[in-house]
Amino acid sequence: MFKSMYNWIDERLDITPMWRDVADHEVPEHVNPAHHFSAFVYCFGGLTFFITVIQILSGMFLTMYYVPDIINAYASVDYLQHKVAFGVIVRGMHHWGASLVIVMMLLHTLRVFFTGSYKAPREMNWVVGMLIFFVMLGLGFTGYLLPWDNKAYFATKVGIQIAASVPFLGDYIKTFLQGGDVVGATTLTRFFALHVFFLPAVLLALLAGHFFMIRKQGISGPL
Amino acid sequence: MSEINNQEEQHGERKVTRREMSRRQFLSYTLGGSGAFMFAGMIVPMLRFAVDPVLQPKKASDWVKVADASQITSEPKAFSFKVHQVDGWYESDPELTAWIAKDDNGNIFALSPICKHLGCTINWNTEHNNQYVCPCHGAHYTKEGKNLVVAPAPLDQYDVKVENGFVYLGQLHPNTIVKS
Repeated sequence: MFKSMYNWIDERLDITPMWRDVADHEVPEHVNPAHHFSAFVYCFGGLTFFITVIQILSGMFLTMYYVPDIINAYASVDYLQHKVAFGVIVRGMHHWGASLVIVMMLLHTLRVFFTGSYKAPREMNWVVGMLIFFVMLGLGFTGYLLPWDNKAYFATKVGIQIAASVPFLGDYIKTFLQGGDVVGATTLTRFFALHVFFLPAVLLALLAGHFFMIRKQGISGPL
Repeated sequence: MSEINNQEEQHGERKVTRREMSRRQFLSYTLGGSGAFMFAGMIVPMLRFAVDPVLQPKKASDWVKVADASQITSEPKAFSFKVHQVDGWYESDPELTAWIAKDDNGNIFALSPICKHLGCTINWNTEHNNQYVCPCHGAHYTKEGKNLVVAPAPLDQYDVKVENGFVYLGQLHPNTIVKS
């Protein structure tokens, strides 16, 4: 049935070359763990992306129950964690995945660094990768505040203090991040907006560039 | 197919036909199967999480003391009462209204003020014709809640019990006094 449905669409839109272009590409021997087990280090980028997909999905589902408001945020997180079926698992995926994505990204960066894959002609991809790194840290920082518990509150206070230590601009950055004079209601809505709209949008754009470049330039050669 | 049959006839013995799976097919099934399994492991908890409200059992409402039985006349009157409502992480006591009256036999009945057309709030006798009238689209109901125009069903009805001279309201359910 799927085959005939696929053929029906394919006859009209000729989609086969499109996904062939995306999916069909050679994996060189030196990056294939089936040939050299040590090549598993080439999997970290893909694993980072895989966890990013989990983060996006679990995050979308969490917003079904979460509300970014200083009175209700903690109550809603407590509710979705303890009252809703599989709440522990879905929030757990997002919680642990957030740490794991940073770990995987660091390992991916180390692999790229030690195989010298950042060298010409791939310097631009290294820079885009670094931007992705900072966006991910931003996602981690903004997401940390959302449960609105003591840990979240004081971690954000400290984080904003660090940002405020920037010479000359510090105070402006602090007010911008807080959305006011204190870490409070406006900070929470602001961090929520950054966490679910702005930073993911930037992240997806950067990821598209990252993947486009790796496809265009191919995987770097063996050591 | 016909060729195979011919061969069978010619040789007089049953030829074992084995449909061999190609290496590529086996690998794509295995990879596709394990991929689907892992994806399901990821997405099923999220879907269960999302549909949880649908699977929660409906809770029957408690009896609420609403009025003194002596206040009830054959003319419907609106009575307000508070119910305890648990809405996710938010608990509140919203105020509801019921139109309570006595029927011809002196039995007390209570109707919901929610119009069965599109959910506006109805009122008693605003057009001085002893009917319930909905201000939104002009639905009319009799005193027993029977729908006369516009509305597709009669007004919902509360379970009523009278104890120690007080009227208690319970579960809301479709009107049983009148047939629509």
